[in-house]
Amino acid sequence: MSQEDLSRQAYWRAHLRLLGICLAIWFLVSFVLGILVAQPLNAIQLGGYPLGFWFAQQGSIYTFIILIFVYAWRMNVLDRKFNVHEE
Amino acid sequence: MDQQTLSLLVVGATFVLYIGIAIWARAGSTSEFYVAGRGINPIANGMATAADWMSAASFISMAGLIAFLGFTGGAFLMGWTGGYVLMALLLAPYLRKFGKFTVPEFIGDRYYSKLARVIAVIALIVISVTYVIGQMRGVGIAFSNILEVPLATGLFAGMAVVFIYAVLGGMKGITYTQIAQYVIMIFAYTVPAVFIAITLTGNPLPQLGLGSTLQGTDTYLLDALDQTMIDLGFHAYTAVGGMSLMNMFLLTLALMIGTAGLPHVIIRFFTVPRVRDARKSAGWALVFIGILYTTAPAVGAMAIWNLVNTVHPGEIGTEEGHLAHADKPAWMERWEQTGLLAFEDKNNDGVIQYYNDGNEEFAAMAEEEYGWEGSEIVTLDRDIMVLANPEIAGLPGWVIALVAAGGIAAALSTAAGLLLAISSAISHDLLKGVFMPRISEKRELLAGRIAMAVAILFAGYLGLNPPGFAAEVVALAFGLAAASLFPTLMMGIFMKKMNKEGAIAGMLVGLGTTLVYIFMYKGWFFFPATAMLPDTPEGWLLGVNPTGFGAIGAVFNFVTAYIVMKLTAEPPKDIQDLVESVRVPRTET
Repeated sequence: MSQEDLSRQAYWRAHLRLLGICLAIWFLVSFVLGILVAQPLNAIQLGGYPLGFWFAQQGSIYTFIILIFVYAWRMNVLDRKFNVHEE
Repeated sequence: MDQQTLSLLVVGATFVLYIGIAIWARAGSTSEFYVAGRGINPIANGMATAADWMSAASFISMAGLIAFLGFTGGAFLMGWTGGYVLMALLLAPYLRKFGKFTVPEFIGDRYYSKLARVIAVIALIVISVTYVIGQMRGVGIAFSNILEVPLATGLFAGMAVVFIYAVLGGMKGITYTQIAQYVIMIFAYTVPAVFIAITLTGNPLPQLGLGSTLQGTDTYLLDALDQTMIDLGFHAYTAVGGMSLMNMFLLTLALMIGTAGLPHVIIRFFTVPRVRDARKSAGWALVFIGILYTTAPAVGAMAIWNLVNTVHPGEIGTEEGHLAHADKPAWMERWEQTGLLAFEDKNNDGVIQYYNDGNEEFAAMAEEEYGWEGSEIVTLDRDIMVLANPEIAGLPGWVIALVAAGGIAAALSTAAGLLLAISSAISHDLLKGVFMPRISEKRELLAGRIAMAVAILFAGYLGLNPPGFAAEVVALAFGLAAASLFPTLMMGIFMKKMNKEGAIAGMLVGLGTTLVYIFMYKGWFFFPATAMLPDTPEGWLLGVNPTGFGAIGAVFNFVTAYIVMKLTAEPPKDIQDLVESVRVPRTET
């Protein structure tokens, strides 16, 4: 296997690791905090918001936005490190 | 100047703007027609994507939907935004790297199969056409209910404008008009929301106002709303309930996967110059969408609060606790004329009672204690929650005009995106890809324009004669996108060994099971008489609501594809190399 193929594999593995972390956060804020444990979370107040309700109708959306930008930024770093970035 | 003239002037001015953009942004090549020459700035594309995505349903219906669902409304908010995470991480950048014009084209090339491409085209057309029907309805609602213009006249005006900029400019013209439409739409949505948030809570940001105390009291708005809803026999607004957690989970997942698999949104990311721009652009798209989607819960909750407090100004059951039928504010009378709102004095006491008469225990108590004989708001269309907002808040006439223009912008921008997806599937995937591979670029461009014109006429016809099942079909569109296109695209990128047999079998099984499950409950081809099982939680297989079935259809697609792939031959070497190349932004040639 050539040097380039090895580095290509390492790039893809690093990418998959980043994807796994991002998708875990995506799942946590929406499906877990906004749905599955929303009822117990509602006992906690965030200002006037019950916390479970806040995740379902506000917090998950803010997290999604941050998540995409962080992913884009980390991918740019990764692209440069493995020398596959665009001009 | 009266309200109608003012509103028509504002809407007319936006139309002139769209036509101006059309003349400026004409398409001269197929690349400009299909993907705007791939020269769109990622932030500008984010804005265009937001307008492309946010339809009449997002603008007109969503806040009302949330108002009546409470907590469970979060399924729509999370589902329709979380899909962008999937699109940005799992699809858009790689499809941009692939560098072709349409979604079925990727499926056809990746799975080295014209059959796969044709199945993808069929899925795309079914999804997009059902969607377009909803947009046409949105244009009709804005014209006939706010502008008080006959529906047909309004629809023709809207179609004529789309015709000019979509046929002339293709993706290029559509992109720049969508940017203008986004600005109009977001302004129209947030201005009334800010005013209402200030009036109720003193906080100008609706997102913060919803978590604030009511003006002049120490009571949080949401606490007061929870209590009021309980007093009227509904369940507490912020409390978990109204839908089983499993169905909320499945619905959220189906909407997310469906959103990520919608072809008219995916192709927006083909218009940016580089892979890294596609990633960033998805983030910007969600910023622009998020502005509306985080405002909507505030609009919904505040609208239902305003409505209930208008009808029940004092303590429930006391004489001063009810609005007299004769004292209804002007906006109620005006919306009664549209048929979206209707009252009936069931117990002839001259005052209005609005409560949950579907709650048997509460209804029995209310009849005995208060002498109520049923809720007296007999029609309450959820769309009113947004459309009547400026009047409820007592805002000036130009805001009402703006809401009309915003609703129309939301519907037209989405319709144009869908029409482009349909026409490019016909001219590029079917005509050039399958039937006439040798067609010249000039003739393909002409074919694209003709396909666009025909698609617009067809959509206009459906708008004038909407099938009775339009609302049901929109849920179907998401289910189909989730069960067919998303898994096939994702496996095409993330599973190098996925082959043509697996992809085709997966798409067919995903599509088939989802269609059958929905038809079993909604009726075959949506003829209600042919439904085989009752569409109730008791009738649903394992309690699964048909609207959330797309998530399960997607799982069937993945599993079928995997099994068939294991039993059949590997894809050829050049296909595996293709997969390798879409995974990296720059490949040495």
